[in-house]
Amino acid sequence: MARIIIPTPLRKFTNNQSSFETQASDIQGAIEDLTTTHSDLAKHLLDDHNQIRSFIRIYLGEEDINVLQKEKTSVSPDATISIIPAIAGG
Amino acid sequence: MSEYKLSPEEKARYARHIAIPEFGVAAQEKLKAAKVLVIGSGGLGSPVLLYLAAAGVGHIGIVDFDVVDDSNLQRQVLFTVEDVGKSKAETARKKLLALNPHIKITVHNTAFTVANALDLVEQYDVVADGTDNFPTRYLVNDACVLKDKVNVYASIFRFEGQVSVFNYKNEEGSRGPNYRDLFPSPPPPGLVPNCAEGGVLGVLPGIIGSMQASEVIKVITGVGEPLAGRLFLFDAASFETRILKVNKNPKTKITELINYELFCGIVKKEETPVKEVTVQELENWKSQSEEFQIIDVREPYEYDIVNLGAELIPLKTILENANRIDKEKKVIIHCRSGKRSADAIRDLEKAFGFENLYNLKGGVLAYAKEINPALPTY
Repeated sequence: MARIIIPTPLRKFTNNQSSFETQASDIQGAIEDLTTTHSDLAKHLLDDHNQIRSFIRIYLGEEDINVLQKEKTSVSPDATISIIPAIAGG
Repeated sequence: MSEYKLSPEEKARYARHIAIPEFGVAAQEKLKAAKVLVIGSGGLGSPVLLYLAAAGVGHIGIVDFDVVDDSNLQRQVLFTVEDVGKSKAETARKKLLALNPHIKITVHNTAFTVANALDLVEQYDVVADGTDNFPTRYLVNDACVLKDKVNVYASIFRFEGQVSVFNYKNEEGSRGPNYRDLFPSPPPPGLVPNCAEGGVLGVLPGIIGSMQASEVIKVITGVGEPLAGRLFLFDAASFETRILKVNKNPKTKITELINYELFCGIVKKEETPVKEVTVQELENWKSQSEEFQIIDVREPYEYDIVNLGAELIPLKTILENANRIDKEKKVIIHCRSGKRSADAIRDLEKAFGFENLYNLKGGVLAYAKEINPALPTY
């Protein structure tokens, strides 16, 4: 199963779970799977049009999905999906 | 370049650098000739400054308007107990010159703002961003892009750190991605707390700031491959590291500095004033045995650090707990500094028509400062 790594600022919406496993075959399915299980996360990840918010980056492996096929990017069972939020602490 | 030749004392001091085959005297002289602006001398700034000074960066500028606080000492290793209350930038200058008298330190004891950003950045070759809030992060980035400077970026939150080298000029002379290519817009206020609210593992800025210093040194000397076009992520809790690619975004356009508070959505709106009491008035009420209720709207972990014996109802649960708030006698609501408690009062007045709520001006911080200095602050 593919693994989504949840960043610290969003773990308050996943009962402090740091990762989530999904059988989805593309990024859109993986995010839907995640936000269905952790519904409070949805409004922070997705806008009113169900698009990923611009302050969140989604990576498949080391690649930004925006240079792949965006939400339609295929996900293999051994893939690692990273949700990258901006953090500002110094 | 003759003024940047190393003296015999400097050659002895930097012998371990010079011994590295890729480094040698030439790279050390580049460090001596370099001017680096370190913005923020806190968690990240402390290790960055210590290592850049030790490494022999010839001219370091420090931008910080803040003073040392007790709660800084858990991670800001430049400072000690005797520095509490003193200017961070001035204190840092003294410590760094004690570490390395061969370098020059310029203190900019001021906030980094739209008014001074371009002038400050222009005076230096490389910028290291160790700031602690989104508006300043975007300001640092934009000023570096507009003045054609490299921005060595790092940020931290709880157990996680990020490092990258933005706006790096490659051998062909073209600039790499910048912060806005990675994050075109900031998160809404409140989603990502700062370190004061959300906490940070004290050793984390030591780890991430050391990497930031290493990238500054690589950028200056040309030794190694800087982390340009890549984002390094570290999770101290799991000890996982990742390096992700950062691409330029053709939509990114930076032509001038803007209002960064507004951009980050944290401009103060016209807020309905709330009734206030000072900490001294609170003490008077106590001594006059006045009947009142006192409520603390901070988080439980903050309450554990320091509390005034109030009833704890965190801000996010205040409306659902309105039935616990007296409608007849005076009710003092407080938080750390007075902002969240003012928000709580506005919410309660709007939702339930309360007319007996008073905000404790300055919150726990004011109480600790004016009434009971023995209380811990954070």
